[in-house]
Amino acid sequence: MLDLSGVHSAYGPIEVLKDVTLAVREGEIVALIGANGAGKTTTLMAVSAIHKIKAGEILFNGRSIADAAPHEIVRLGISQVPEGRRIFPRMSVEENLEMGAYARNSDLEIRKDLEHVFQLFPILKERRRQLGGTLSGGEQQMLAIGRALMARPKLLLLDEPSLGLAPKIVSQIFSVIKNLNAEGVTILLVEQNAFAALKLAHRAYVLETGRVVLSGEAAGLLTNPQVRKSYLGIN
Amino acid sequence: MTQALVNGLTLGAVYALVALGYSMVYGILGMINFAHGEIYMLGAFHGILALAFAQHYLANFSPVVCLLGALVLAMLFCGGYGFTLERIAYRPLRHAPVLSPLISAIGMSFLLQNYVMVAQGSGIRGFPMEFGRRLTETRFSAFAGAEFSLLEVFILATSLLCMAGLHLYIYRSKMGKAMRATSQDRRMASLLGVDVDRVISATFIAGSALAAVAGVMVSMYVHAVKFNDGYIMGMKAFTAAVLGGIGNIPGAMLGGVLLGVVENIGIWFLGAGYKDAYSFIVLLLVLIVLPRGILGEQVSDKV
Repeated sequence: MLDLSGVHSAYGPIEVLKDVTLAVREGEIVALIGANGAGKTTTLMAVSAIHKIKAGEILFNGRSIADAAPHEIVRLGISQVPEGRRIFPRMSVEENLEMGAYARNSDLEIRKDLEHVFQLFPILKERRRQLGGTLSGGEQQMLAIGRALMARPKLLLLDEPSLGLAPKIVSQIFSVIKNLNAEGVTILLVEQNAFAALKLAHRAYVLETGRVVLSGEAAGLLTNPQVRKSYLGIN
Repeated sequence: MTQALVNGLTLGAVYALVALGYSMVYGILGMINFAHGEIYMLGAFHGILALAFAQHYLANFSPVVCLLGALVLAMLFCGGYGFTLERIAYRPLRHAPVLSPLISAIGMSFLLQNYVMVAQGSGIRGFPMEFGRRLTETRFSAFAGAEFSLLEVFILATSLLCMAGLHLYIYRSKMGKAMRATSQDRRMASLLGVDVDRVISATFIAGSALAAVAGVMVSMYVHAVKFNDGYIMGMKAFTAAVLGGIGNIPGAMLGGVLLGVVENIGIWFLGAGYKDAYSFIVLLLVLIVLPRGILGEQVSDKV
């Protein structure tokens, strides 16, 4: 579904991605793990066309999207929940969700999906008139995911959904991700919490200073001694 | 005193209309469009030119229809000027250091002033008052000996109507919501499928159309316009926007009305000689006490 091949990217003279090749197949949850500054967020921003790549190719369902404008990416079926959630602080919860459906036109279907998001996260329905900026971190993460779902994505990019959240909320968010995947949404998940990510994902890639150093079945990586030592802190 | 309030409200409503343009652009781009006053002046000229045309070729149309037509025409032209201004002077500098678009704005301000001076002359251009005679000559007396004309009512009502329209546009329409989202987090808006360039264009068009309305109404109120009238109006409206909290839409409305009232009360007590100074004294005081304006500054979250 999503194929990156030989992707190079840089911020000015600093190379961030060096020959990154990875694939996400339809129906999968793929985790992208690695330390700070490994290039995980840059990879997602490259897929969303916010960050322009220097070389290589990004294909979505066989079509090159590296040269597309950011606002076109959503219409192709790729939504991103960026790091830090980026809720519109002075818009209500409901307006934030409506913005998620910006690229769509059918009001009827948008209403239906709004109800679906409210089912997924009942707290958002309670707070629908509240300003986004007044929500707690966990509620904001739910809103950020709900907002991305309002675009009816085929592929959902999640950047650090567990960051800064209480363990109880994290497990709630992860179970929602799992359910979404069961409903047919393909997921590319970036996480620092490697253990949780590997338990959830089907396959994973390990990124180190802009290079893919390891990849394979998530279950296999969980028992890989190198991964255990570097990312799970287990010997 | 009551008279000062009536005049102040009228003038203030106009300041508010122009201030909205500054605030909307600042909210989205974080820059001050110093050529905005010139758009206001162009609005006045286009309104007057449209009416001069109507004088010659549409003599048997009702003055009200001609006036409304002139307003709409001025809005359309100024929308076009605002759109073009952003495209040629600001968009190429979108990623340049903050001072570059500022300099570009000042340059465009000079360019537009001189363009009008060359095309229309450096003297004052009278407003064809036969279209406004009914409005200026119908007068009402209010309480406490104050008096106001139908024109003042018209200016106030039109301004309020425009502001209500803008409010509806920003809070109810899809493009309006995209404007608010873009001003709060531009990158996130584009991640959701918002074409940020289009939103910025729409912002310039909307702000310029409001300035055009102000231009036509003020030139009718003072019976004339001059090529450099945009400068002082621009400064005042900018003051109003800062007064209310720049980037903040209700703030611009409040700041405008407040400024108009303060100016006229100043005239009432201290005479018209220092008319323009009162606004800036208020600005200084507010900036010392409330540096972010009365309702608070709202800036896009920069990353």
